Amino acid sequence: MEHVSMVFDRDGKSVPVLDDINLDVSEEEFICLVGPSGCGKSTLLNLMGGFLSPTSGSITIDGEAVHGPDPRRILVFQERGVFPWLTVAGNIGFGLSKLSRAEREERITHYVQLVRLQGFEQTYPSDLSGGMKQRLQVARALAVNPDILYLDEPFGALDSVTRLIMRGELLRIWQAERRTIIFVTHDIDEAVQLADRVVVLSSRPAKIENILTIDIPHPRNISSRRYLELRDDLLSKIGLAYTV
Amino acid sequence: MTAIEQEKRSRSLSLSTRLRPIAFIVALLVLWQIAVSRHPDQLLPGPLGVIRALAELLRHGLLPKYVVASLFRVTWGFALAAVLAVPLGLTIGWYRRCEMAFNPLVQIFRPISPLAWIPIAILWFGVGDPSAIFLIFVGCFFPLLLTAMSAVHNIPAVYINVGRNFGLSTAQFVYRVLYPAVVPQLIIGSRITLGIAWLVVVAAEMIAVNSGLGFLIIDARNAGNRYDLVIAGMVIIGTIGLLLDLGMRSLERVKLFRWSYSGD
Repeated sequence: MEHVSMVFDRDGKSVPVLDDINLDVSEEEFICLVGPSGCGKSTLLNLMGGFLSPTSGSITIDGEAVHGPDPRRILVFQERGVFPWLTVAGNIGFGLSKLSRAEREERITHYVQLVRLQGFEQTYPSDLSGGMKQRLQVARALAVNPDILYLDEPFGALDSVTRLIMRGELLRIWQAERRTIIFVTHDIDEAVQLADRVVVLSSRPAKIENILTIDIPHPRNISSRRYLELRDDLLSKIGLAYTV
Repeated sequence: MTAIEQEKRSRSLSLSTRLRPIAFIVALLVLWQIAVSRHPDQLLPGPLGVIRALAELLRHGLLPKYVVASLFRVTWGFALAAVLAVPLGLTIGWYRRCEMAFNPLVQIFRPISPLAWIPIAILWFGVGDPSAIFLIFVGCFFPLLLTAMSAVHNIPAVYINVGRNFGLSTAQFVYRVLYPAVVPQLIIGSRITLGIAWLVVVAAEMIAVNSGLGFLIIDARNAGNRYDLVIAGMVIIGTIGLLLDLGMRSLERVKLFRWSYSGD
């Protein structure tokens, strides 16, 4: 990603949202984007996903410029991302219509197991919990075998306990099927627990303020000294005090 | 409370609670009969008179004939309107510019009562079925058009983005995202519109044709103040209207379509 800027036109006024973002992500890397709310994290994700085009600058993936959405990079949304008119199996199979029936069934079974939704194949999302819906969304995304997964505050609407469990699940899934993951969050702990590198964005217009490498191997001990150090480091980089 | 729990609750209502509305109707009928028998010089019949009139209609074989005639017109008028208005409304709603162009026109036509079209219907189609069908068509077209337009507007952006993300072709997108996303709202809109169609058919039959339930009512009055037949006609219209509504409601309960009513 090179010199990406984004200016929105709102009510005739131009609002700069992103300012000269440069970021290089390697294959199978887990990146977390953090920053104050409304800073343009989601905009950046939508640009990388091809849902928006940058005002200037370019985004290239494996040497190929991003033009529009593509099943090779799937965006997972905060909530309501699963189709309520399809069952769990139907949702996972959504992107698989080009495959033969047998292959499709096989993939569905595989991903149902990966996100631990066995027994819910014929259930509609309205009967699933929030965490299950998000696992379903991740399964649907992974089923089309994408190179990159973009997650836009995927656990933001969940309660804190479920959120913690979901982080563990996501890491487990990521270790089973390595992909490049770019994960937007406003939760510092989430970022330090998950990411290989944390990208800190400034308030609007967003610039990259810092990039912090988290050098703790998984599974991470969230009470270890190194973890707390990194966490404090990140908090101070965002400009938050140590106490509430 | 989820929809399922609500359903269970309403099912477990005790028998006496369920019989209450029926008892209330019976009480009203009894009162009506008493009132009429106290004033025998009234033109209005009592419930017994209405039942006798219904029996008379059945004996002459007019009841099924008129019901079928009315339903035939409603079916055609409604179906033609649905076939044209729904795809058009979905298209207009999808393309913003299209909507900006069409909306003023739609808003002007919408508040015109279908009955105002009666002279034009007769001018274009003469007296007969096509006129009545045209009036029902006009009455259904604009509500269905607006329903389809707003149904497209109300599709959450997330569904559209997911559809684009998974690389669907336009046809696939329409069939697998757009259509399932709008169906619940279309069903609600159709239910309301079918009610309108049933209102319009009565008026249309009073003017444009010589069969059907609307014709029955106006004919009974013109041919010697047979108010028992008038009220019998009204009862039949009410009953069939109720059945049509129940039929449409049962569509809402189909699992595949029910997703948007179940809270989340």
